[in-house]
Amino acid sequence: MAEAVIEVDGIEKSYKTNRALAGVSLRVERATVLGLLGPNGAGKTTLVRILSTLLKPDAGRATVAGYDVVEDAEAIRSIIGLAGQYAAVDELLTGRENLELVGRLYHLSRIERRNRAEEVLERFSLTNAGDRPVKTYSGGMRRRLDLGASLVGRPEVLILDEPTTGLDPRTRIELWQYIEALVRDGTTLLLTTQYLEEADRLAHRIAVIDGGKVIAEGTGDELKTQLGGAVLEVVVADSRKLKEAARWLERLGEGRIRLDETRRLVTVGTEGGARVVVEAGQLLVEAGIEIDDIGVRRPSLDDVFLSLTGHAAGDGSETEENPKQGGTRHGRA
Amino acid sequence: MVAPKSQHSSLNFGQRISLGVSDIVGITYRNLIHMVRTPQLLVFSGIQPIMFVLLFRYVFGGAIATPGGNYVDYLLPGIFIQTSLFGGASTAVGLSEDLKGGIIDRFRALPMSRSAVLAGRTIADLARNILVVVLMLLVGFLVGFRFHGSAAQNIVGMVLVVAFGYAFSWVFAAVGLMVKDPETAQIAGFLPIFPLVFASSAFVPVKTMPIWLQDFANVQPVSVTIDAVRDLVTGVPVGSWLWQSGLWTLGILVVFIPLAVYRYRHI
Repeated sequence: MAEAVIEVDGIEKSYKTNRALAGVSLRVERATVLGLLGPNGAGKTTLVRILSTLLKPDAGRATVAGYDVVEDAEAIRSIIGLAGQYAAVDELLTGRENLELVGRLYHLSRIERRNRAEEVLERFSLTNAGDRPVKTYSGGMRRRLDLGASLVGRPEVLILDEPTTGLDPRTRIELWQYIEALVRDGTTLLLTTQYLEEADRLAHRIAVIDGGKVIAEGTGDELKTQLGGAVLEVVVADSRKLKEAARWLERLGEGRIRLDETRRLVTVGTEGGARVVVEAGQLLVEAGIEIDDIGVRRPSLDDVFLSLTGHAAGDGSETEENPKQGGTRHGRA
Repeated sequence: MVAPKSQHSSLNFGQRISLGVSDIVGITYRNLIHMVRTPQLLVFSGIQPIMFVLLFRYVFGGAIATPGGNYVDYLLPGIFIQTSLFGGASTAVGLSEDLKGGIIDRFRALPMSRSAVLAGRTIADLARNILVVVLMLLVGFLVGFRFHGSAAQNIVGMVLVVAFGYAFSWVFAAVGLMVKDPETAQIAGFLPIFPLVFASSAFVPVKTMPIWLQDFANVQPVSVTIDAVRDLVTGVPVGSWLWQSGLWTLGILVVFIPLAVYRYRHI
């Protein structure tokens, strides 16, 4: 097994009555990206705060580059870069001043921090805006600067907590390109996200977290395979027949079956292929259930998430056909 | 894996101190930039004490009998201390704003000194406080205040004013880190200030208060410090006030610096 840069073993953390982490274990290998995927309140930020030494765990052990997060907190701070959920940059300082301040606090020399600020501004296409106060920046520019600030100290390990939450789709894709460039450079990265597409696109491995526990882990493909090779989707004409249709279709499925009342949709994990569609059609026709639409598709990570947790990746209250497009709905910048 | 480099564990005491000072300079500079770039705030933090000077000098002053009879010389030392304390309260607001904005998280995840964020904040607030106190001096001169002490007495008096305010800004640092919300910090900061400033010898002689209040007003740190400053700048031989107020200032620092740093570490 490759060298683990982040190792988390049985970490627990509770706030007063709320158990935020109930025994989380995971590892991130050198020069790989782990996507920590989960809804609001799953415990992602708590884990990030523990790994970046902002919070002490109640139980368990975690190391970053061999340093213990509790005992060697100071050492960890000099080798990690952290970019938070909201852009933690100074509004009144210019972009350059922000970066130079961070450089100073990493104890770079005056010349080093000046050069480093310049490099980072250039890398994130902020050179022209570098001498303007951050309060004049757009949301995307702020995130870029925030991400840049986390790189000033040339960290061995980068931790990004929901780097694109609250951004519009276009800005999100733009930011992804910057993160992808970091990944290509071989940065070891832990990334938390509520967006399936983000984890799928940026991460080598994905850990699905819900209710303070890792409920599944693997590559995007592995997780998709867990659900079965394909997903059968049937839209019935009459929503009152939805449950009956589900009972018939259960016979074809391998994974869990899901119902969406509002869209009269039944989703079943299956082996796939035309045979399944034909069989499903036959079953339902014989049962006298009319079909509006029927088809087979490759499972998305959203299917995985739903089948693992019983609720959508967003927050559990809604099921959305394609959350890949609906990314801004939980924005809270 | 064996940890190869720890920038910090290998540092000796002297190197740590010099890095800590560099951190404090960085944070102080950042906070001073804030002041320069929010000039309205600076202007308004000057207007409030000016209104107090005018209010007490011209509205209430005529009705207040003071020993020696020259109310403006009695009033201004009180105004200096009040200004200095109110200035200290801005430390609470500034810190809780940083907390809310998330920048304190960034600072806490950096390999910087754990007390530099607080020291940099209080030192920048001290700089502004000095500015506002100088402004009050100018306003004081315009409305008739004059120094009557020796040069040494006057200087010690003014140093006491800003030192006392600086000590209190550490109290407010602890308050700001506890309430974590700028609006609450604003109110929570002023709550202890009002009784301390008004139930003191700042505006009226303590003798005119009910006995039970006199007992409080005579011993509390604000009265003690105002009396010390007043004696110094009016050229009266200063009594035990001076060392009492020095001890208060020191005592507040000794208690509240560790308390605030502890709060910072355990946000």
